[in-house]
Amino acid sequence: MTDHDELELAVANVSRRGFLAGIAAGSLVLAIGWPSDASAQEKKFGADGMPNGWRDDPRIFVSISPDGLVTVTCHRQEMGQGVRTSIAMVVADELDADWSKVRVAQAQGDEPRYGNQDTDGSRSLRHFFMPMRRAGAAARTMLEQAAAAQWGVPVQEVRAREHVVLHERTGRRLDYGALATAAASQPVPAREMLKLKDPSAFRYIGKDRIGLIDNQDITTGKAVYGIDARADGMLYAVVARPPVFGGRVRSVDDAETLQVPGVVKVVQIAPPEIPSEFQPLGGVAVVARNTWAAMQGRDKLKIVWDDGPHASYSSDTYRAELEAAARKPAKVVRRQGDVDAAMARASKRVEAEYYIPHLAQSPMEPPAALVQIKDGKCEAWACVQAPQATRTRLAERLGIPEENVTVNVTLLGGGFGRKSKPDFVLEAGLISQAMGGAPVKVTWTREDDLHHGYYHTVSVERLEAGLDERGMPVAWLHRSAAPTIGSIFAPDPKHELPFELGMGLVNAPLAVPNVRMENPEATAHTRIGWFRSVSNVPHAFAIQSFVAELAHAAGRDPKDYLLDLIGPARIIDPTDIGDAWNYGEDPKLYPIDTGRLRQVVETAAAGIGWGRSLPQGHGLGIAGHYSFVSYVAVAAEVQVDGDRLVIPRINIAIDCGPQVNPDRIRSQMEGAVIMGAGLATSSEISFRNGRVEQNNFDSYEVTRIDTAPREIHVHLVASHSYGQPLGGVGEPGVPPVAPALANAVFAATGKRIRRLPIRDQFLA
Amino acid sequence: MASLTINGTVHEVDAEPDTPLLWVIREQVGLTGTKYGCGIAQCGACTVHIDGVATRSCSLPLSAVTPEQKIVTIEGLSPDTSHPLQKAWLELDVPQCGYCQSGQIMAAAALLQANPNPSDEDIAAEMTNICRCGTYNRIKAAIKLAAAQSRG
Repeated sequence: MTDHDELELAVANVSRRGFLAGIAAGSLVLAIGWPSDASAQEKKFGADGMPNGWRDDPRIFVSISPDGLVTVTCHRQEMGQGVRTSIAMVVADELDADWSKVRVAQAQGDEPRYGNQDTDGSRSLRHFFMPMRRAGAAARTMLEQAAAAQWGVPVQEVRAREHVVLHERTGRRLDYGALATAAASQPVPAREMLKLKDPSAFRYIGKDRIGLIDNQDITTGKAVYGIDARADGMLYAVVARPPVFGGRVRSVDDAETLQVPGVVKVVQIAPPEIPSEFQPLGGVAVVARNTWAAMQGRDKLKIVWDDGPHASYSSDTYRAELEAAARKPAKVVRRQGDVDAAMARASKRVEAEYYIPHLAQSPMEPPAALVQIKDGKCEAWACVQAPQATRTRLAERLGIPEENVTVNVTLLGGGFGRKSKPDFVLEAGLISQAMGGAPVKVTWTREDDLHHGYYHTVSVERLEAGLDERGMPVAWLHRSAAPTIGSIFAPDPKHELPFELGMGLVNAPLAVPNVRMENPEATAHTRIGWFRSVSNVPHAFAIQSFVAELAHAAGRDPKDYLLDLIGPARIIDPTDIGDAWNYGEDPKLYPIDTGRLRQVVETAAAGIGWGRSLPQGHGLGIAGHYSFVSYVAVAAEVQVDGDRLVIPRINIAIDCGPQVNPDRIRSQMEGAVIMGAGLATSSEISFRNGRVEQNNFDSYEVTRIDTAPREIHVHLVASHSYGQPLGGVGEPGVPPVAPALANAVFAATGKRIRRLPIRDQFLA
Repeated sequence: MASLTINGTVHEVDAEPDTPLLWVIREQVGLTGTKYGCGIAQCGACTVHIDGVATRSCSLPLSAVTPEQKIVTIEGLSPDTSHPLQKAWLELDVPQCGYCQSGQIMAAAALLQANPNPSDEDIAAEMTNICRCGTYNRIKAAIKLAAAQSRG
């Protein structure tokens, strides 16, 4: 292993925010210093390996009032994945609470208290299922202890059931409300003494009994998102940001702006140091009595920008650069066998290049936050995925001790990775500071969201295979060229980080004897950020499209060929194939199980009726992908109808291990299909002269009801035991959708799609 | 000052005449169930009813609305969640993040008003609101469920 490899591994192992802690000191030095410190320590996995780990103390997560209402504190952020419902379900089940008496409260950003709160990486239930079960069970035990003490009987003789503690021998019973005060002063039982429910006794976990806890508020307009936050005397702001990343204000004339009725003040925000991490882009803020006045005032600003070093960034020329890089030998990130020798002996060679553009998360609620500073204390209300990072960055940037910074988390009107970065909250904080601490709400317009995002990377994926006489690959070469998310944290890195390479590239489970994967250099010219499923999107698109191309070259059925390429059911240690990251999970607990991957492929194929005869113009495609330690396959049917591409049906199968909230798993799969179909067929962010070319949903095209798959069938592959570790749910549905659709287009038309979005490429 | 009739109540609002109705409803009247999503009538998150017609309030200036016109927002659709669409939304657990759903429900309510028994094609043609979470198939099912239940 080279020194360079070691550095990158270290950066990934520190995990996202540990990594940031290093960067916050001003350079990569701490991160580089990490391996030698760490080598002495035992490597931590799962929630143990996350900043601030986990908590399971019932006093943190459960409160019961004398009227019997149970309030579960949810420390993970709700953005549509249903986590507020699912976390409360888990606690309520072990607590044996009556669901009609369960409420949920949203935790403030405070990881020392709650454990890790960074809601991304499809980790909430994966990491907190067991701690939340223990919190519920401990609270139940405390209720039982309180009842036993009150009745003067051994605790073994009482039991809690559905919001009541019973003493069967004497028929005595007390409801949870009556016991609440006494239970609170009971000792918290030791973790190892807790008796968790046998899964056969689960009332909510794994059942479809519980509706979405916020649904009533949502359907009546009462649900509060970041953009809805309000405070007395609140001012409203929008910000004119540099049109090119890295640009800065050369001069500003705000005379006309200040004439706009309702405009109060114009405030400059300093440009960030590069790498800019989560800092605002800088620019000119217009503060007004209402949002419309602020927008009108911003339109009237006369700003001369210095565009900075990325003013020539254009997507067409950048694509050519990535292609050139992918056609030359590059840094090897996985090597198995001798690809060159096997390639030379192969009876047939196939190669293909795929292009996957930038994307914007574009959650329906754009970034928005309210911040006020009063008596030296800062309070924020914001739609953030990472409230602790928000708190820390506010404290640093505003120069206020962290203990005096409060971050209240609202509902998120979608996140998809965009709201992992609190730049917009820092803007509100800086403007509030400039306004003497007055409450200021910053709202991003849709144009702001599309022009100043943290974009999904752009990539060229080049694959070459050498096939034997049966048409199976004996050599596999994959070069993945894409600017890295690391570029927002470190000065000008050129290579993908282990967590990006480990998203479906180096850990692709292929039954191929000779494999080499390479990562050419790529320079970032804009902010690159997490987008739902992250690097799995390009890696899965390329690999699963290429598999279908090889099947065609071999004259074989794509589904059978895919299964043969996955190979027989076996357990792969990801570290053996070059993935030391493994989504932060213990490779012993979470090896790659190709039997599970095979099963989802077979399930999706059976679901869509693979092999059935189809009308003219229809085609079926399939793709299977392992990500976020879950297994997903998608089978898609497309229909070319004149110049339209219609998607009559998609079957998606997931094996995510034990299921906590099956209906929310189904809804995440449905949503992943829609988002995957959008990025496959129509969505693209492109740059010209450093500027994003798309302005709004008229040019950044996302799936609507008329272009959505007409039917989506979700297959949940059952887990045999709740003793199995949980897989992710929020993200793994997305990656196989685009290749399944592209493969279906090929089946329907003979037109091979190597560039996303598909748009009208199927028209020959 | 302008006068608006929203959910049966007359509100005097102090806003520039070119202010889109959306921002008046959200900031002057204080009803935040109506959402901003794009500002150019593309996404429908801001959908309200004006005299029963689904209208994208982000692109309608205050000056274009008269005091006599009846504006209904999601908060006024039914005071007790009894509208068949709200019930269907609960029954099928349609929302994910929920942000676009008030606009979706308002658009669907106007659709059912005009067409009590919409086909899939009618729904696809009329429901042009964007949902990034991807709840479209449940929206479709919920509209049909509400339609069926309204027919009794």
